[in-house]
Order: sequence, then C-alpha cells, then structure tokens
Amino acid sequence: MPDDKRVAILGVGMHPWGKWGRNFVEYGVAAARAALDDAGIPWTDVEYVAGADTIRNGYPGFIAGATFAQALGWTGARVSSCYAACASGAAAIANARAQILAGLCEVALVVGADTTPKGFFKPVGGERRDDPDWLRFHLLGATNPTYFALYARRRMAMYGATEQDFAQVKVKNALHGLANPNARYRKEVTIEEVLASPVVADPLRLLEICATSDGGAAVILCSMDYAKRHGAANPVTVNAVSTVTPTFPNAVIEMPNFATDSSSSVQPGERTFKASITQAAYEEAGIGPEDLSLAEVYDLSSALELDWYEDIGLCAEGDAEKLLREGATTIGGRIPVNPSGGLSSFGEAIPAQAIAQVCESVWQLRGEATGRQVEGAKVAVTANQGLFGHGSSVILAR
Amino acid sequence: MGGEMIPAVEGFFDPSIPALLGSRCLGCATVFFPAEETWCRNPRCNSTEFEAIELSRRGRIWSYTDAQYQPPEPYVAADPYVPFALCAVELAAEGIVVLGQVAPGYGVDDLEVGMEVELVVDVLYRDDDGDKLVWKWQPVKESTDA
Repeated sequence: MPDDKRVAILGVGMHPWGKWGRNFVEYGVAAARAALDDAGIPWTDVEYVAGADTIRNGYPGFIAGATFAQALGWTGARVSSCYAACASGAAAIANARAQILAGLCEVALVVGADTTPKGFFKPVGGERRDDPDWLRFHLLGATNPTYFALYARRRMAMYGATEQDFAQVKVKNALHGLANPNARYRKEVTIEEVLASPVVADPLRLLEICATSDGGAAVILCSMDYAKRHGAANPVTVNAVSTVTPTFPNAVIEMPNFATDSSSSVQPGERTFKASITQAAYEEAGIGPEDLSLAEVYDLSSALELDWYEDIGLCAEGDAEKLLREGATTIGGRIPVNPSGGLSSFGEAIPAQAIAQVCESVWQLRGEATGRQVEGAKVAVTANQGLFGHGSSVILAR
Repeated sequence: MGGEMIPAVEGFFDPSIPALLGSRCLGCATVFFPAEETWCRNPRCNSTEFEAIELSRRGRIWSYTDAQYQPPEPYVAADPYVPFALCAVELAAEGIVVLGQVAPGYGVDDLEVGMEVELVVDVLYRDDDGDKLVWKWQPVKESTDA
C-alpha cells in the first residue's frame, strides 16, 4: 500500500481497565503519556489531538479532546472531539488520520477514556420523549442485554447454536485475557461455571455479558515520513478505517430502536450493517479476510462474538459455531479472535474501547503481546458496533 | 387515584383498536413505525407526504428473551419486581420488526421463533394520572398458519 494512503502508529498506551472510581481524565492522561513514551516523542511535538467523548461525566466528557489537551498542558495543538457511541474511539482515529493524510499535520494523539456506573447502562437523565434511547427503557424495559439476547436466541433457532457454544466463547476469551496486564478480569472459567451463573436475559448469563468498566486508551498516529525521521523504519500502519453508516432499509432490530426500517418498498442490501462495516475496511485496504492474522471484535456478549465471525468473513453464515468448536479462533488456531481477552475480560469503557482494540492489534503485530502472542502476526482487523447506526473497523498491518 | 387509561407515550398506538400507529410514504409506499411525518427516510425518495396507517395486529416472532433483572429508570418497575419476556415480531405486510414486552403470564418457555403473536394493550405502570398503557405481544391461541 502506498505511503500516501497509510499512517503509522508510533506509540500506543492504556490505563488498565477496572472499576477505579476516579475521574475519566486521569485514565486518559495516563494512557496518553504511556503512548507518548512508547512513541519516544514529547507531548509538545503533537500537532493535533482527537478526543473520543464520554457522555456520562458532564461537561468535560463532551469535549474530551480539549479536556485531555488541557490536562496534558496547553500547547496550542489543534483539537477535535467526537461522539459515535461505541465507535467513538475509531471515529477519533479517523479524524486524526484524515488530518495526516491531507497533509494538515504530521503527528496526532488520539485518546479516549471513561468512568462507568455500576450495572446496566441507562440513558442520560431527564424525560426525553423524542429520544429512542429513553423510549426503549421507559416503554419496554429493553436494556442492552435484551438486544444481545435476541441475537443469541436467533442464532440458536437459525443455526443450532447451543448454550455450551456461548459459554465456550467466554471460556476462550477468559483464557486469552489471563496474561493481559490491562484486562480487568484475569481468571480462568469453565463451561460449568459460566452455565451456573444467573440468567440475565435468556439465553444469556451473567458471565456472558460484558461489564461496564473504567479505562483509557491512546495512540500516536503520524505520517510515514515522520515515522521514518523518528527511527521507526517498519512501523505498524493503519491501512483502513471504516466508520460507515447502515444503508436503508436496515432490517435488523438494533439498539436503541424498538422497530426496524421497513423493507416493504425497498429491499435490504446484500449485507447487513454489521457485515458492511468490515467489508468497507477490506475494500479500502485492498485485502480480504483470508489475509488476516487475528481479529479483535466487539463481544458485548459471548454469542455476539459468533455473529462477528460471519460478519467479518471468517466463515459462511451459520458456520461460526463450527469455527469455534474447531479451536480456530483460539490463540494457536487458524485465526485467533480477541487475543486480548476481548470485552469479556475488559468490560466496556465506551470511548476507549475501539482505541483499545487498536492498541492490542499493534502489540500483536509488533510481537510484544506477552503471554497471548499470535505467532507471526502480520495483519489485524478490529470490528465494533454501537448505538444509533455507529460502527467501526480498522485494518492494521506490519 | 384517577381512572384514566392513557398510552404511556402518545402517538405510537391506539389502545381502543388496539393497533400500532405508523405512516406510509405517498411517494415510495415505505412504511414507518413510529410514524414519519416530515421527510421520507428512503434516501432515493424526496416525498414529504404521508398517510396515517394502522400496522398489522398479528405477526411472527423473530426472536425473544426476558428481563430477569430490573431495568433501570426511566423504566417504571413493579415493586417487587416481576421479570417479563420480550419479543421482536415480524409484520409481513409492512416488512418491519417491532419489539415489545410479551403479555403477562407468558415466559420464554412459552415462546418459539416463528410463533404467531397478536397485539394487546396492557398497563405498563400506574401513576397519579391513572393507568399508563403500552402495547404487548401475546401468543395466538388459534394460529392462522400460513
């Protein structure tokens, strides 16, 4: 891929995921400082700051870019903040990448961090009768796990997925996350333990639904030329960033809606929204799923990881359980999925999560993922989907 | 305690029929629920004209689940909390899937993907103004199997 279509990742950093109970700014600054150290450049060299917004922490959360820039010390860098639900971090990466590819700057910091409340995510406060997120809670009591469970039950009915399959995804990801110093949960679990945990939203159980976590993640993006000048002859590069919207009609029921678009007069496209997200990234990078060494996908639930196997093209529709049962997606298998341990081991820190997927990919491609390394990793894909028609996929290579 | 029976949110259903209330674009015939009344959301249609419609009162279960833990506000939960089932229902004529709670008395063990259900109206919660209603889905006893 030509240098004018790629940007380099010079540094990555994370604040460990957990339930630390401190201000989100602390996690973001810690992650940014770690990424700067990893890049070997001073903060004062950063020309552009792209922040991924968090929406549950009041005013500073809505202007994450400026909030982190101030906390790191004002330098006069240009700044942006963006909200794209679970894809916020990747959307911030897309902003910074576009600035670099356009030649408007050479080096950028992308950072996202969150402090989360305990329990179910709920809409922001106030009575907002024109907000589908407020309405689905008020009228239906439909939490996020409601939707995860609808997809899980559908897999069982359509493809013969079993509760053991869903539990096996959790077992695999727990094993992957054991050696990850940034993971919140580092404990092996058995299928029996998963199946003994309480049902939250039938057929999904407590250990199969991702927690809400505090955490922060950051990357230093730069032009290929800047990377060479700073001694990085063979950096990990970002070859594609997809942040596509759905196409009309979106025929799959998705958070926070309580109805789909209608297919009464326009037929849905060949691909679902989730499948189109990564497809757009493959086309941009000029590769296909057969070129992948690993994937980091958004396992909001254990069952949802199986949907992703098909959506990112690792197997045909209905074959995800077979891929899982063969061990293909376990480290050491043909195409390891979520070698980081995934959301299963991290919990979700929304604006940081898509950036964290990129951090893990970079460590894997550099061969620095101690205790969870995918041998000889050359190409990684990340995939995620959130509310309101947001999703992202990033392709990284070395 | 008032005796009024009113929808928990106006405009989504008519409890007297009962039926979900949608709209149909006069340009491309696409159906919308909740009703769209300003600009058609089909990207290749420029229409701003819509007619009000009632959605089909029967459909088939696309998928289902339940809520074993009490959802957070703004859900108004019974005290003590009573778990409920939910299902997403395909309405064939409209080409649309609509989520709803399942009528009381039915749990996930009573449901199957593909099962026929019909729209009913039930009390969602009671406040100082009276009973607040919502639509729910209820398995059809005598299914009109296609």
